[in-house]
Amino acid sequence: MTAVDRSPPVTIRGIAKRYGNTTVLHGIDLDVKPGEFVTLLGPSGSGKTTILMILAGFVRPNAGSIKVGEEEIVAMPPHKRNVGMVFQNYALFPHMDVFQNVAFPLRQRGLGTAEIASRVREALDLVQLGEYAERRVDQLSGGQRQRVALARAIVFEPRILLMDEPLSALDKKLRERMQIEIRHLHERLGMTTIYVTHDQREAITMSDRVAVMNEGRIAQLDTPKGLYGRPKSRFVAEFIGESSFLPVERDGTAVKFGGRPLHMAGGVVPGAGKQWLVLRPEKLSILNSQTDAALNQFQGQVKEVVYQGESFVCYVTLLDGNEISVRNYSRGDALARLPEPGQPIRLGLSPEDVVLVPEEEAA
Amino acid sequence: MTAVPLQSSAAPAGLNVEALETARRVERNWMIAICSPSLILVGIIIFVPVGWLFWLSLFDAEGALTTANYMRLLQQPSYLKTLIMTFKVSFIVTIVCLLLGYPLAYLLSQLPRRAAGILMISVILPFWTSVLVRTYAWLVILQRRGLVNDWFMSLGIIDEPLQLAHNFTGVIVGMSHVMLPFLVLPLYASMKAIDRDYLRASLNLGANPVRTFWQVFFPLSLPGLSAGLVLTFVLCLGFFVTPALMGGGNVFMWSMRIEQTSRLYSNWGAASAMGVVLLALTLGILWAFYKLLGARNPLAKGLR
Repeated sequence: MTAVDRSPPVTIRGIAKRYGNTTVLHGIDLDVKPGEFVTLLGPSGSGKTTILMILAGFVRPNAGSIKVGEEEIVAMPPHKRNVGMVFQNYALFPHMDVFQNVAFPLRQRGLGTAEIASRVREALDLVQLGEYAERRVDQLSGGQRQRVALARAIVFEPRILLMDEPLSALDKKLRERMQIEIRHLHERLGMTTIYVTHDQREAITMSDRVAVMNEGRIAQLDTPKGLYGRPKSRFVAEFIGESSFLPVERDGTAVKFGGRPLHMAGGVVPGAGKQWLVLRPEKLSILNSQTDAALNQFQGQVKEVVYQGESFVCYVTLLDGNEISVRNYSRGDALARLPEPGQPIRLGLSPEDVVLVPEEEAA
Repeated sequence: MTAVPLQSSAAPAGLNVEALETARRVERNWMIAICSPSLILVGIIIFVPVGWLFWLSLFDAEGALTTANYMRLLQQPSYLKTLIMTFKVSFIVTIVCLLLGYPLAYLLSQLPRRAAGILMISVILPFWTSVLVRTYAWLVILQRRGLVNDWFMSLGIIDEPLQLAHNFTGVIVGMSHVMLPFLVLPLYASMKAIDRDYLRASLNLGANPVRTFWQVFFPLSLPGLSAGLVLTFVLCLGFFVTPALMGGGNVFMWSMRIEQTSRLYSNWGAASAMGVVLLALTLGILWAFYKLLGARNPLAKGLR
């Protein structure tokens, strides 16, 4: 299978969906560039799957526009959209074998037997299942079904590819391998891909950009690095990675925590309203006797230490009662040097790692 | 270097073997104890009478051992005619139930839960009414001076009343009504179990709704359909009340022949032989059907 010359961009404007009195999507705008891998990430009920269903044509929105390239598809029936989709439970037809499943979209398009055979073979080879054409679906493992579903979704060279939590049924090791594989496949085919997941790590690993969704709105659309490093709201910071939040006060242009001004790198401008300092466990360092005046310092007591193999997490109660955590690799004597629970500890945060978020994203 | 004697530090291989075996046996005995009342009951009310029926069929009216009861079925052409009529009626009723029941079950399976529930009651409610009541209701509707004829004549569609009851048509109408739930219920259950994602996947892959129905939905509904068809057909073969009343003596089915032989002529041996033949045919049909479906569903395969 050759790379799609130029998979079209997808332009979503003002997609709104209501069920009775419940609004599940409040006018979604999203631009996906040609060949881009964009993930819709959010908790259940955030509307991410609904967007995918609308893109595939299974759910009709109340308003909005979806353009694939220049073509408006919002009112088009699903079988005319030429959009590939991988379903959460794969939806492989149980009354057909692997070959027939992958050949299904080609048969609908009236291709000749010889061409169908060669294209199915090619697609199955691409997902490393060339030997499995004659197998029944119920003879395949979860990972193999996943690959067949992928082969079936790309064999007819759809304009865009949609994936609805395709890896959620796989165990952790296999899931991580498939993430990389799908990513490679995407790089090879260059197909514009919209992927839905509730797993933030998966989203960050695989995507060019991630749209974090919350209650039917896109809370933030950014690259994985941008999302993790510069979350725009408390919701996004909470959803992506681990974090603790400390309340900060504003004093003119300065920002204070516990009465002391924070050292901040240039460019961090606190917005209006209540602000929170985002503390990622791995950004904090455990300070010994030496003090670095440039670091922001937090004093507290060790509450608990949780050993997790490659790293450990130390939960610290600050003097003002807030609880934060620090993560460190179990390297050298890092764990041994850690104060006992109940002992005082000092933590440092470098000015570049100071991230402030508002309580709610300014609408 | 001194030889170190082998230490059997590992636990002996057969730790607790006896206790585990006892536990297994106790569990099995419990299962048997729980099942035995129903097994005994089934044994008494099915196997004993069938065995007795078979036994009776081997004797003539004087109590002498004979094969005459079976020979008569082969020799008298009227029996074959009745048998053909029985299969013909059963076949047509099954087809009518299929044509009415498949769309109905499809509708039920696609409706939202609440609407499907209400419609389902209208299918099941007649099921709870006595067959006799339903059959007389059909007689009221279809007879010479019945509702249908009255309406059609008052509308001027017909001049003479149509012969709708007491004939073949009446039997088909009455039996189809009684049999419909037996087809719809298993079919509905199997349609309901078809994941909507299969249909979505089919549409997504470019199959239009009609092709999606024939290539995905229909093959996946076949297990329920075949169960419903077999159930309907087999029940039709032995049906008595409705064909007897609706046929009005003009349609003769196997079950009526049995009734006539045993009640009118008190020939228990002959009636038993007819019962054995019907039972054998029914079992044969069931066996053939499951043989057909057993080999990885060739019905479904043929439709691809």
